[in-house]
Amino acid sequence: MNVVAPFEGIGASVRRKEDLRFLSGRGQYTDDIARPGQAHACILRSPHAHARILKLDAAAARAMPGVVAIYTGEDTKGLGGIPCGWQLHNKDGSPMAEPRHPVIAEGKARHVGDPVAVVVAETRTQAKDAAEAIEVEYEVLPALSTMKEALAPGAAQLHDAAPGNLCYDWHIGDKAATDAAFARAHKVVRFETTNNRLVPNAMEPRAAIGDYDPTTGEHTLWTTSQNPHVIRLLMGAFVLNIPESRLRVVAPDVGGGFGSKIYHYAEEAIVTWAASKLNRPVKWTCDRSEAFISDAHGRDHVTTCELALDETGKFLGLRVDTLANMGAYLSTFAPCVPTYLYATLLSGVYSLPTIYAEVKAVFTSTVAVDAYRGAGRPEATYLLERLVDVAAAETGMDRVEIRRRNFIATDAFPYQTPVALQYDSGDYFSTLDAALETAGWAGFEARRAEAAKEGKLRGIGISTYVEACGIAPSAVVGSLGARAGLYEVGTIRVHPTGSVTVLTGAHSHGQGHETTFAQLVADRLGVPLSQVDVVHGDTAKVPFGMGTYGSRSLAVGGSAMVKAMDKVVDKAKKIAAHLLEASVQDIEFDRGTFRVAGTDRTKALAEVSLAAYVPHNYPIEELEPGLEETAFYDPKNFTYPGGCHICEVEIERDTGKVSVVNFTAVDDVGRVINPMIVEGQVQGGVAQGIGQALMEQAVYDESGQLLSGSMMDYSLPRAEDLPMVSVANHVTLCTHNPLGVKGCGEVGAIGSPPAVMNAVVDALREFGVRHVEMPATPAKIWNIINAGAQRMAAE
Amino acid sequence: MPQVTLTVNGKNSTVEVEGRTLLVELLREKLRLTGTHVGCDTSQCGACVVHVDGESVKACTILAVQVDGGQVTTIEGLAAADGTLHPMQEAFREYHALQCGFCTPGMVMSAIDLVQKHPEGMSEREIREGLEGNLCRCTGYHNIVKAIAAAQDVMHGKRSELARAAE
Repeated sequence: MNVVAPFEGIGASVRRKEDLRFLSGRGQYTDDIARPGQAHACILRSPHAHARILKLDAAAARAMPGVVAIYTGEDTKGLGGIPCGWQLHNKDGSPMAEPRHPVIAEGKARHVGDPVAVVVAETRTQAKDAAEAIEVEYEVLPALSTMKEALAPGAAQLHDAAPGNLCYDWHIGDKAATDAAFARAHKVVRFETTNNRLVPNAMEPRAAIGDYDPTTGEHTLWTTSQNPHVIRLLMGAFVLNIPESRLRVVAPDVGGGFGSKIYHYAEEAIVTWAASKLNRPVKWTCDRSEAFISDAHGRDHVTTCELALDETGKFLGLRVDTLANMGAYLSTFAPCVPTYLYATLLSGVYSLPTIYAEVKAVFTSTVAVDAYRGAGRPEATYLLERLVDVAAAETGMDRVEIRRRNFIATDAFPYQTPVALQYDSGDYFSTLDAALETAGWAGFEARRAEAAKEGKLRGIGISTYVEACGIAPSAVVGSLGARAGLYEVGTIRVHPTGSVTVLTGAHSHGQGHETTFAQLVADRLGVPLSQVDVVHGDTAKVPFGMGTYGSRSLAVGGSAMVKAMDKVVDKAKKIAAHLLEASVQDIEFDRGTFRVAGTDRTKALAEVSLAAYVPHNYPIEELEPGLEETAFYDPKNFTYPGGCHICEVEIERDTGKVSVVNFTAVDDVGRVINPMIVEGQVQGGVAQGIGQALMEQAVYDESGQLLSGSMMDYSLPRAEDLPMVSVANHVTLCTHNPLGVKGCGEVGAIGSPPAVMNAVVDALREFGVRHVEMPATPAKIWNIINAGAQRMAAE
Repeated sequence: MPQVTLTVNGKNSTVEVEGRTLLVELLREKLRLTGTHVGCDTSQCGACVVHVDGESVKACTILAVQVDGGQVTTIEGLAAADGTLHPMQEAFREYHALQCGFCTPGMVMSAIDLVQKHPEGMSEREIREGLEGNLCRCTGYHNIVKAIAAAQDVMHGKRSELARAAE
């Protein structure tokens, strides 16, 4: 019988291995875990944005039913501060301000939600009840809700160690050359904008359980993390002084991250520390409203920029001046987001001879701001793509033509930008052409006219983008201030009977790694998908890892697996040569079969692996038994996904409501392993991008209260707010990793916001609108329409 | 403490609860049925949706004592005893309608109730409007809508097996 197995390798849209457990309610998220004898923690958080803690009286709370312990900053002041993973330097070479971030507030609270005390009780409700009984006397200090307030002369000081509330004053690029380009410009286009502050809102709220075994001294932390090894490193080495060998961090099933679960949070240290103090497990689960004031937020830039153009519409130079909000404390990656993940992307897809960018990072009395899906690249892309549209409008050029005229030529790769990055590959003309075709760009005016008949305003917008993923060569990021290497680790364990376990330092929290990574093994080793299991998220099982963020899992983690598989195949060839009594140079391997070249003499991988573990007939003098290899892969460069997004909107005149009616994404994410999963990643990213453009905004009032502090107040996209999203790929391969992959997790959130906003502005052209700030809410649009209508009536 | 007697996924249970205990707390903490999730505290996200006496209910917004004597079905109770998935579960898998899986149990339970309440069948727009009580942050809903559209045909007996996503 000749059975053809279904193709499960690279390029197959195989259905996900992880789905059965999630669909059956058998996922195991952190809050699903109950440790025997666990106590529950509740964090009492500051209700004030900026306040001195004058007195904290927990006597009544201690007497409440079920209370086990109450801790304040007095108890934890001997612990290390929550560390920052990246140190930036100012223009003058001095290091950034890096004030202590206490686990529990020490004498002063710096944002609404700052932990002030921790109650541990027998049940969660008892802990909450007792937390309410703690009496805190505050001296309320001036809130610093905005960067402008924080930088104003004479502003209150959030940290003694950060004069003027300035974290750093940084720059990149050639100022003199850029000034010269502007001096000879035919036209200068100036543009100011705010990139709206967002709350990531992964559907699973954060949770953490600490456990301690006094007989071995081993600490265990279960946590909602995208990178358990990083948490082990940061918390063990910097906060709690626990050696790695005695600290196990487990990130089980994690319900979405989008960046917000990269960082080491105080609650992780609190439960780990409290468990060892109390000799019993301590669990904390975040309420959603608590998440709004304790999870790191995203974006929050205020930028002024200028583009110099010549007579033909060619770009001559770009000047950018950005204020980036850090919030009250430096979160793990925060300093690098508005610098090395933002300013280095300011060349976009364009041949821009010279760029100069300045970034000031500012402390405010708000929750920390850090990477959120895209991290810096959405901010850069939004800025550039809106600026280019404004430039097109002001020079009278066609929006597509001005882009084409300035694109980096397809034969110009590798392309060195003036802001440090070197793009290895890309083809912006092809993604543009494909998107224009799919979106029906040429036929748009007819659709606009049709909508006008129904009294609706219709607009179309385009965004052409490149971004940087697969972070990143360790030596490079080290020179830029990263306090870690950014390689990834993969282990390929071929078992005696030929099934395979993959151990990866990447972490899956929705990306489908258990399937995609298994497909790499199926493709290379010829092992059926059903016999490949992917293990991640446990420092006791996986040798090491840097985790999942910046769309790096496949580009870096997948490459580590390929490297480990190369080692496995090399060793297995030697075993096969012995079994086949041939020279190792004559052994060929193809998807599960070792063959003596030019003969029909073969051994299956399972025969070789069995020999490796039962080495009766084995070259034992030259080769160790076993078939398991580990590889560390350090990337040679970032990867550069790019593409074109086109959005079509309709606006109701009476309500100002913007509806996305068509959305087309044509992305170059390099080689695609599982098209179904890639399409899903892009659709999800686009949904978050549309959310940013039309709906989402974290709003602080002047007293530092988060007004959009719950899902009732913060507008997340629902099914009826979103369109079907057309997704296509145009592939150019990454030239420097073995899979040719670039990354697909963030392109949707990076490319889409300017496409949406360019469409909104296009729809409102008749009102003389030059720019609309995100989010384009109905109230904002209604005001524009009505102000414009009044003006036109008056004219 | 009050006692609550209820049938969950066909199994009878009598549980002591506080007056303020929510149904979702009873399910997750007392019965250890952790497939039903809690994603918010304002009844917005729908991750906790279960069926009570055949109707979809947000288990975070109903007290356990209100369900005394009731029949509850959770995500754990959907598949047949031999493991055969409910058509909605199968459609979610076939159409890649889940990523992180956290909203999925509530989404599936809501979708089943939605389909059952619309024997005439729903358009894409009607499905989207019907999902107003459920949030997903991963998928952009595109594939969820497709999965529900496919599952409704199976549940209404219009198709013996699911159409491929490529159709």
